[in-house]
Amino acid sequence: MNLQETILDPLAFPFFVRALVASMIVGLVCATVGSYMVLRGLAFMGDALSHSAFPGVVVAYIVKAPLYFGASIAAVGTALAIGWLTRQGRLRTDTAIGVLFAAMFALGIFLFSTIPNYVGDLFGFLFGNVLGIGFGDLLSLTALAAIVLASVLVFWKELLYATFDPLGAAASGLPVGRLDYLLLALIALTIVISLQAVGIILVVAMLITPAATAQLVARSFGRLVVTAAAIGALCPIVGLYLSYWLNSASGATVVLVESALFLVVLAVTGLGARLRRPEPETD
Amino acid sequence: MTVQPKPARAWRDPQPEIGCDDDSPTIISLCGVNVGYDDRLALEDVDLQVPKGALVAVVGPNGGGKTTLLKLIAGVLRPWTGTVEVLGAPAGRHAQRVAYVPQAELVDWSFPVSVWNVAMMGRYPRLGPLRYPGRADREAVAAALERVGMADRACSTIGALSGGQRRRAFLARAMAAEADLYLLDEPVTGVDLPTQEAIMALMADEADRGKTVVATTHDLAAATRHFRSIVAVNRCVVASGPADLVTDKDVLARIYGPHLLVLGKGIGIIDDSHHHDDPAGRERHFHEDGGGRP
Repeated sequence: MNLQETILDPLAFPFFVRALVASMIVGLVCATVGSYMVLRGLAFMGDALSHSAFPGVVVAYIVKAPLYFGASIAAVGTALAIGWLTRQGRLRTDTAIGVLFAAMFALGIFLFSTIPNYVGDLFGFLFGNVLGIGFGDLLSLTALAAIVLASVLVFWKELLYATFDPLGAAASGLPVGRLDYLLLALIALTIVISLQAVGIILVVAMLITPAATAQLVARSFGRLVVTAAAIGALCPIVGLYLSYWLNSASGATVVLVESALFLVVLAVTGLGARLRRPEPETD
Repeated sequence: MTVQPKPARAWRDPQPEIGCDDDSPTIISLCGVNVGYDDRLALEDVDLQVPKGALVAVVGPNGGGKTTLLKLIAGVLRPWTGTVEVLGAPAGRHAQRVAYVPQAELVDWSFPVSVWNVAMMGRYPRLGPLRYPGRADREAVAAALERVGMADRACSTIGALSGGQRRRAFLARAMAAEADLYLLDEPVTGVDLPTQEAIMALMADEADRGKTVVATTHDLAAATRHFRSIVAVNRCVVASGPADLVTDKDVLARIYGPHLLVLGKGIGIIDDSHHHDDPAGRERHFHEDGGGRP
């Protein structure tokens, strides 16, 4: 088998092409939204929101509603509840997250355990199976991705200012509170989009790892997002081919590729910094 | 600047004090303000008028409410009772004419933004969503960077700057916003003397142009040297007037209370190491080499 066949052969399968397109879109959206999350220290929030989407998925499955719909309601609802609890000032963010996310995941497991028969789809959502994505799913995924990316494009400046200096932004008239809620809602939607590609457990890696890698090399916010988005869109290609050749779980393979890239960049930049340690200037 | 007399408090100066032009319109007006966090009162019964063109230092001990006063004026903190009017409307209404520079310790200096980006943020609120900076914005940013002497560092990442340069980058943001009111939280803390002079000369210049500058500082020497008026706060406004007010021993005693140790012959020691209620250490003061760098 030569290289050309190795690359082209899988593309003959429609399911592989669909999976490729889906995971590239997911990677792109995750990395874009993840850039804001990394800068705001919201990695834990990503993990929490993905877990809290679970009961929504189970309920949607039981009542035979679209799974994306159930997941969206549960995740966005939890995101807004966390935001509200935190803004009351009585609980620290991580405490509010810890309480809500464990409760929501437990609710999902509880509901799941009451379903009498084995349900394969739910395992798909827990661990991701992008190879099983249908054309209809791909369409709704693309539509949701477009909504998230358009929102980021519209509020790019405002989200950046509110992330960098919330106090200065609020004082100069930006609606920082509403922007916080918007970002939480975007994170929740992004997670919903990603559920089928990587699953509840691993989606946090898709959100955080590309942005964390980009943060090691990028010197401006624009470049951070572009670098993260490029990593997020390209790693799934490598990951999916690997998973095809190795017959490994697709979501996990993509995450491992992103993680390996992070480690390589970390090692290279660490080495570079040791060679020429730039001293910050004094006046 | 005037402080409304409050007969209930004997130590409050009954006469209106300063020095600023009485013809100037009032830019900031606080009336009977009580404010706090959760259920804890931070500032009590504040009455304060600041005229246009004033260059005011807010002084007081750590935890005395300096930043709280600034946030009230900025409109990001709502008073429990009383009214805060800024630029002729309730605080926050004319937010685009207000520029706020936070304490250096509150800024994430590892954030990937350049000096140019930071200054450009001053233009964001007036641009609005979806609109991207145009030529007028770039010119305003370039002019602001020129004035603060950071034009040659426009492309530097903020993390690579010294403390003084960082402060000047944020001042450029305030100037690029073309605000009428500057609110600066500890603008000269942890900055070397030449930079202090440069920053405050710039602010004095802005005040002369009819802008109003209100800045907190814990440094009384800096307050008397660089500012024209002073508001001293310690849980309430304890004194206000011309900048040399704080050389007065009685006024000092009101500001610092038991933390002031008077040794006689005009020598006093301010023991301000007991942070009142600041467990997060947010008001710790760093110096140039240690300042906020990761």
